[in-house]
Parts: sequence; C-alpha cells; structure tokens
Amino acid sequence: MARIYEFQSKKLLKEAGIRIPEGGVACSPEEARSIAERIGKPVVLKIQVWVTGRAGLGGIKFADTPQEAKEKAGYLLGMKVKNFIVEKILVEEKLDIDAEYFAGLVIDDAGKCPVLIFSSAGGTGIEEIARKNPEKISRISIDVGKGLKEYEVRNMIRKTGISGKLLTQLSRILTRLYKTAHTYDARSAEMNPLVLTKDGMVYAADCHFTVDDYAVFRHPELGIDIAREFDRPPTELERIAYQVEEKDYRGTFYFLQMEENISAEEKAIGFNGAGGGGSMMSMDAVLSRGFKLANYCDTSGNPSASKVYRAAKVILSQPNIKGYFASGSGVASQEQFHSARGLVKAFHEEKINIPGVIRLGGNFEEKAVEILEKYLKNIPGKIEGYGRDDSPEFCARRMEELIAENDYTSHAVAHIKEPEIPSELYAFSTVTGKVWIDHHKCLNCLDKGCIKSCSAGILTLEDGKPVLAIGEEEAKKGKCPECLACEVFCRFHAEDAVFIHLPIPGLKEYRDKIRSKD
Amino acid sequence: MSILVDDGSKVVVQGITGREGKVRTQLMKDYGTNVVGGVTPGKGGSEVYGIPVFDSVEEAWEKTGPVDISVVFVPAALVKDAALEAIAAGVKLVVIVPDRVPIFDVLEISSFARAHGASFVGPNTLGLVSPGKAVLGMIGGRAERAKEWFKPGNIGVSSRSGGMTSAISYYLTEAGLGQSTIVHVGGDAVVGLSHPEVMELFEQDEQTKLIVMFGEIGTTQEERVAGLIESGKLTKPVIAYIGGKAAKSGTRFSHAGAIVEGTRGSHASKVERLTGAGVYVVDAISDIPLKAAELMEAAGGQK
Repeated sequence: MARIYEFQSKKLLKEAGIRIPEGGVACSPEEARSIAERIGKPVVLKIQVWVTGRAGLGGIKFADTPQEAKEKAGYLLGMKVKNFIVEKILVEEKLDIDAEYFAGLVIDDAGKCPVLIFSSAGGTGIEEIARKNPEKISRISIDVGKGLKEYEVRNMIRKTGISGKLLTQLSRILTRLYKTAHTYDARSAEMNPLVLTKDGMVYAADCHFTVDDYAVFRHPELGIDIAREFDRPPTELERIAYQVEEKDYRGTFYFLQMEENISAEEKAIGFNGAGGGGSMMSMDAVLSRGFKLANYCDTSGNPSASKVYRAAKVILSQPNIKGYFASGSGVASQEQFHSARGLVKAFHEEKINIPGVIRLGGNFEEKAVEILEKYLKNIPGKIEGYGRDDSPEFCARRMEELIAENDYTSHAVAHIKEPEIPSELYAFSTVTGKVWIDHHKCLNCLDKGCIKSCSAGILTLEDGKPVLAIGEEEAKKGKCPECLACEVFCRFHAEDAVFIHLPIPGLKEYRDKIRSKD
Repeated sequence: MSILVDDGSKVVVQGITGREGKVRTQLMKDYGTNVVGGVTPGKGGSEVYGIPVFDSVEEAWEKTGPVDISVVFVPAALVKDAALEAIAAGVKLVVIVPDRVPIFDVLEISSFARAHGASFVGPNTLGLVSPGKAVLGMIGGRAERAKEWFKPGNIGVSSRSGGMTSAISYYLTEAGLGQSTIVHVGGDAVVGLSHPEVMELFEQDEQTKLIVMFGEIGTTQEERVAGLIESGKLTKPVIAYIGGKAAKSGTRFSHAGAIVEGTRGSHASKVERLTGAGVYVVDAISDIPLKAAELMEAAGGQK
C-alpha cells in the first residue's frame, strides 16, 4: 500500500471533477506567503507527511493574512512529526463549514469487492458512530465487473437522511471517487472530511489515497519510488535494496530495515527469511529469545543465487549485528543450493567474523547444507547449516549459543573494493552482472569442473579453455541463470580463475559513509 | 475423495511454454496429474513434454473435451485476461500461481467467476495437492519430492503461506499422518478460495477427518473460520497456528495480506476468536503433528 500525499490525492480528485479547496504546495515560508496572497482569503496550512491525526500533532495551522501564513509556515516546515521531517505544506483557502461528512473506499477481503462507505455524521470516530448512530452510516459493496452506478450511490446516501440537491451533489462526488480509485488502483481512498460550505458547495477538504503495491507499475505518473507502505521515509539501505528487487524479477527480495543505529551492546541480528509464512514464523522464534532484528528480509520464490548474494551483502551492511540468521518454512519448493551458493560468495567476500545459522530446508537441502559446510569452514565466523528436520526454535537457540561462544563480537561493515580486472580476460555479461574467466589459470586445471557444475550447461571447452557454448546475447538475456556454481567450484576446487561481478548500485558509497561514522 | 482436484480432473496449463510453466508442467505430469493440454497464444500446434499446446483455452476444450481446471503461469500483468479466458471457456477452477497481481484485477476475476459459478485459488499460490492423485501448481517443486513429502490420509491442510503448506504437510507425513488435500490459499490480501471457503469444502469431504490451518496476521480469514464454527457450519476439529505474533502493527511482512490495520487482523485477536470457537491453537509448528496424532487417535480414525 504505497501512500501518496494529500496534495497528490487532491490533484487526482480535481481531475475527476471533484471540488477541492483552492491552494498550492509550499516548500518555503515565502512560497506559503505568495500562495496565501494569491488566494486572497484566510488560509489553512497543513503539513504533508504520512501520519494521521495531524491536527492533534500541531501540524495544522490557520492564518488570516499572507504575512501570518509565512510565519506559520516557518514554524511547520522542518518540524519533526513521528518519524518524518516536514518538507512540504499545503496552503489552502479556509472553508466556511456548515457540515462535515465522510466517504471512504476499502477493499473487503471477505466479500472480495470494494466497499464504499458514507457517513453523514463525519468521519471522526467512525467506529463509535457506527455503534451509536448506525442510521447515519451507509455502505455499498461494488461489483467491479459491473461498475458503480450513480443511482446506487444515491440510494445509499439517501439512507443516511440526506436529500435534495445535496444528495445529488454527494452522489456525483462518491461515484467519481470510486472511478478515480479504480483508475489509480487504490488500495484505499478516503475523503475526511467532505465539507459542505455555507454557500451549499461540497469540497473534499482532506483526502488520502494508498495505491496497490502490485499496480504501481501502471502509474508512473504518481512518482512512487518504493511501492510499499512506510510509517517513515524509506532508509538509504532500503532504497538500495529496492533497486535490486525492482531490477531482478527472479524470485522475491523483500528488505525492511527495522533498526538503523544498532549499538555494539545490543543483541541484534541480521535476518534473512524465506517465504512470507516461514519468515514470520522464524522471526517469531528469534524474537521470543530476546533477539532484536536489525532488518527483516525475505528471499523466496526461487530466487537466483545472485539475488540471495545481493541480499546478504545488503544485510551485512548493517554494523554491530551479532549474527546472521536465515530460516524459512523449512520445506521449501525452491532449489536451496542456489541460496547456499549466494551466501557462500557473500560470506567469503565479507570474511564475516560473526556466526551464522542458516536453515535451508526444502528441495535439495542436503546439497545446500553441504555447500555451506564445505565452503564456509575457513571463514572467521562459524556458520552452521540446517534442514527441514531442525525447528526454527532450535535454530534460534543455536544462534544464541554461537553468539555467546563468539564472545559477542559484533559485525564491522567492510569496505567494498571495486574489482580490478585486466581488460584482456575472457568475459561475458549476464542479466545483472559479468563473468570473467582467467584462461591462463585454466591451463593448470585438469577437471574443468566449471563446465560440469554449470546448472544451465552453457559452458563448453574450446582449446582447453571454458567458454560460452551459446551466444553472448543469449547469456545476457538470461540463459546464464547466475547460479554462481562455476565461480564457487573454481575457487574451492581449482584455480580461482572465475570471478562474477554482481554490482549493487549505491552500496559502496553507503558503506563508506557508515564506516566513516565509526 | 479429496477436495478440488483428484486423479480424474482434466487440467490445462496456461503459459505452458514459459520458463515456470514448462518446469511445473513437468512436475504435474510426473506426479500423475491429468494434464491434457497447454495454452500459449501463438504457439498452438507445438508440444511441451508431449502435451499438445493450443492457442486458446476454448480450443483446448474443443480438442480435448471438457476441461475441469486451468493452472495459470503467465506474467502478473496478463493474469486477469488468462483467468477470464479460462472461466469464459467453461473452466470451473482456476489456479493462479503468479504473485504481484494487481488487486483490482483479482476483484474483477472474482466478479466474473461468481457470475459463472467458477472459483479460483490464488493468486500468489504454490497450488494444491491431493496426495497420490494430483498436484496443481508448483507445490513440492519436483514430483519425486512431492511424492516423498505428501502422503494420502485424512488431514486437510489449508495455509496462507506456500512454504508452510509444504512444511506442515511434511511434518504430518513424518509423524505417519497422511493428508486428504493440501491447499495453499495464497499470500495476498484478497484471494479466491480463502480459509473459510476451503474449510467448508473439507467439511463436505468424507476423507477429511481433521483440518490443519496455517493463518497469519491481516485479513479476516481466520476470524471467518471462527464464525463458521460458531454457526455450526464447520464441525470437524481444527488445529491452527497463527504467524506474526511479534510483528509490528502497520508494517507489511512479505505477504501483501500480512498487515495489521489498527487492531483488526492482529495475532491476539485471531487467537482469541479461534480459541473461543474451540480451535486448537498451537504455539509452535512442531506441536501440530503431536496434536494431530492425539486427535486422530481419539477419533479412532485410521492414520
């Protein structure tokens, strides 16, 4: 449920022909003054942040003159409200209120349809109104296939005791609200209050839309940068992670930062779940042992090894975590060795010195656990791999024990060094990265395990050297699934001749900033 | 019997020539699902694993006879058209595997399905399996795994999490308890067949003696199951686990459906409603097979 601002929501309403107060958005006191001057009437100034109950938080002010608007704007801009800093305010004409109503659209999961709700007693304490004065509230379930007819809305509003011209005016507004909500794939839409002025006009005095995360792609005009609800602005690390998620559709990589400033004393861990239910269950298991989650992350839906690698790199960009905990449902349909290879590459590069408990139960878990154990035994942090028969509760306890054994060392974020690769090396591009093979080293290699281990079978031997068996374009388009098997094999069993570069834009700069703070 | 699918059900796969479609068709076919055809517009006349590909569901129906079920593996943005096409052709059950399907598309499918007396599972579902009979979707990943993890028996499983659907069923199998049908209802905020609808099917199914439900925070599904029990429409014993005990209100945890809005849909409110209705709510997944064994024994049913 990505949110959009009040001023954006109002713009959508205005385009749909719903009356909104005259006004504009100000980012400076001077702008507020000039908007108030243009309006030429007393104004209201409203902070534009994603919180409810702004009036109670001191985020709504009135001004009679442009000068006063400027002063009040100076007070509101830069104000800290919950987790937000106010950067924009909406300056609008103050309405001459005769009555207030409420209109809202929600999606009813039981009825599998949108429901439009109207209250003739306003929207403050709507649940209370519903209990005490049910006759003032009316609702209608909408069949999306048939659409909503104005007469249906008229009949709905009529039941709350409204008649005459007001009835027709409100019916038109609510019908348009539904159309707008449908057009913009709203997950919810609310006009609270709808104001009837003394001269008989109805205005949407306040309005809030949330947009369905899965439909944000249809609405680039809304300028939503991260399609997800937040009760705070997204953190820098979340923005970096979101880019990975957005650009690589193979599987899910969902990343949420729970704590930004973890101290060395805290019992915090990096969390890498898999699958919504399994992640939640695993999260419940570690939290009940008193752990704090630095982040919540879900890599599932058969993600590529490269995606899991990037997830691990993002998780390990959080200083002071004391362990890395990965656990999903335990019986995943996805092929778990891909995740294992992603983790092996990341943990090696990071040379992590904190322990990890990696529960990769599911398809090919034996192979996944073997990969972890075989290739991660020589890194400073102790990493244990588990499968479907080890419960999340048991794994949470192991995490605790390993951290205790590790004397509570906490994680230091490493600097990311861009690879320096001689330009003459054999190379080809993949969907999200690049593979280099140092053929000089290959001459010493007898078994060419890179070719055998390649899950897509796209490598072949040419003059004793491994090369692509397919066209470079094909590899780039996805024939190379970035399973990382060639690199992992070559590093541990052969000549360390293969290197796969999987860039994460912005992460290097982010880490440098984090490191300079320490 | 089982619910929704058995070995006689005739199945088509929409998007059969795509990456996921191909792999999962192999799973279904190897498991024994009666896949009679695939559909990819523009690729009619070709074959995937010996299964004929048609240009439309209607054509598949004409050439293979009535189709009971369609399993959809097309990109999210095309799911709505695919589902409407299947329903319009006469298919009564559509399994929608892809995730990230826009909610208004789901509502439109729902409206269309209702008008045509059809139903759908998903979106964002791993699918379902009636052990020993048929798999729909991608549950199990590979046929040999699905055969190893799921065994025929008397426990119906319904879950909002794909991974947990497999996990719970596997732990039941390990404990010697087989399953009638295993349904992943999907992780989204609005899904076709949700927990209560699946419960009603299990209630009617003779093979099912006990039901296990994996619930999550968010939506009204678990509360509606409690309502079914209270109104006498669900009389079989139910064991439930609700995920998201420690989840923060107002934050979505992976599944679009797993968000607490205000106090509605919270872990506490669901546990309270279900417990009040007589559901056995357990605190750890490992308690599910223990409780199930105890109840099956008490009922004197065969395992």
